[in-house]
Amino acid sequence: MTDAGKKKAVGLPLPLMQGLHGEFYGHCAAGRLSFQRCSDCGRWRHVPREICPACSSWNWSWEQSSGRGTVYTYTIAERPMHPAFAERCPYAVVVVEMEEGVRLLSRVVDCPPSELEIGAAVKVDFEDVGSTAAGKVLLPVFRRG
Amino acid sequence: MKDKACIVGVGATGFCRGEGSGKSLHGLQLEAALAALADAGLRAGEVDGIMPFPNLGTAEGFAASLGCENLRFATTVNMGGAAPVASLGVAAAAVSSGLADYVLMPAGWNGYSGSRAGAIVQEMTASIPGGAIARDFYLPHGLVAPPQWYALIARRHMHEYGTTAEQLGAVALAMRKHAQLNPAAVMHGKSMTMEQYLASPMITDPYRLFDCCLETDGAAAFVVTSAERARDLARTPVYISGVASAQPYPADEITGREDIFRTGLTVAAPRAFEMAGVKPADADFAQVYDCFTFEVVQQLEEAGFCARGEGGAFVQEGRIELGGELPVNTHGGLLSEAHVLGMGHVVEAVRQLRGEAAGRQVADASLGVVTGWGDFGDGSIAVLRN
Ligand SMILES: [Zn+2]
Repeated sequence: MTDAGKKKAVGLPLPLMQGLHGEFYGHCAAGRLSFQRCSDCGRWRHVPREICPACSSWNWSWEQSSGRGTVYTYTIAERPMHPAFAERCPYAVVVVEMEEGVRLLSRVVDCPPSELEIGAAVKVDFEDVGSTAAGKVLLPVFRRG
Repeated sequence: MKDKACIVGVGATGFCRGEGSGKSLHGLQLEAALAALADAGLRAGEVDGIMPFPNLGTAEGFAASLGCENLRFATTVNMGGAAPVASLGVAAAAVSSGLADYVLMPAGWNGYSGSRAGAIVQEMTASIPGGAIARDFYLPHGLVAPPQWYALIARRHMHEYGTTAEQLGAVALAMRKHAQLNPAAVMHGKSMTMEQYLASPMITDPYRLFDCCLETDGAAAFVVTSAERARDLARTPVYISGVASAQPYPADEITGREDIFRTGLTVAAPRAFEMAGVKPADADFAQVYDCFTFEVVQQLEEAGFCARGEGGAFVQEGRIELGGELPVNTHGGLLSEAHVLGMGHVVEAVRQLRGEAAGRQVADASLGVVTGWGDFGDGSIAVLRN
């Protein structure tokens, strides 16, 4: 767990924690980065979906990711476009390509934006960003290495 | 459907920043609609098909105001900025199959004096396909607005193909240069150098201020009818020779795309060119949806004007400027004329093909291409001829 509480910003937009999206974040709250994996063809998927886009199977399970990936692309937000992030500028949002083949949007919390490099190795961590009625929300974030 | 339908009227309001349009969302679009109908030589009540832009009005509301007592075709294409060009296809299908005789598409907004990019983020995620995904997986990390979404793609392109800031700047400069020839453009009278472009503040790296389109108040409209009916109307008809629209995969989520550069246009463009029986190189000009500079580079590649990875070189050295190989956005585009949701590109293409573009007229223009880009990369394209 990292910086819990330190980066709490007023009005930070939180995920709604409903349905499959809520299940994904439920795993994060327990300290696990998990993705859906098709029980029939083995394909990993993110974002969560009802059925497998590769084989149309309804059978799947949440499986824990290795947590390791690489930076696929990123942008550095210099101008706030949402008041909740105004004080955080400049900050980078990063697309991470995981070992399992899925990509997800996140941030690399221990890397200044100017040092970000496509292809850099990163590993998952979690950041406590507040609570909803459904409980604590931990976002999957990344650290170098 | 080739050449079975025509654009017979176009119109626009003035474009402004700062003082505000002084009109409501509905009023602005009505002003543009009346201008397009007058251009076509039609009475407003003759319209029997209306295609409003997503979330910016209803066909019922427009029909009531315009006195259309026989509205029989009403639909909306939900493709964001790709909607106007995609709507050309739907309108063409409607008039060539007899579902309607005269289809009107109005679009416009108080994009400057009303709610602006930053403020509409929440609305947007509620209204676009993939909005719930953006809300739950993008917004919490601070990826909140279109320049940021698309900057992710631009950055990856720069990494894979060596596309440079100066090449993005060449797009911005070309649009700004064209705006100097268009008195209606918001940036008319404000030229720009590469130094000024590079010195403009970074918004969301790699996008600087001058990589980003304008936010403006304004509206535009077009009217489509069948080729037969078009012969009886006032203006030179502009034929819809080829038209197509398509979605990227997945359309509701950006980051998971196996090929991040494959947009809706990648699929739509070959279909539109095939329908028209022409090749990209046959086009005398292209009006390319320029929400941000890199989207022009990307669409030129995906539409087949050049190979993937060669877009950066394609836009340099005046090649997309008037007098170059392929003049792009001769009106100044979203970057330098105004942001009227992609309608401006259609209006300009029609004016070029009618020979009405005055000081920015492409000599002997007879075939032009218009593209649209919306939401997370929905694409549309029309091949138009006179
Ligand atoms: Zn499967």
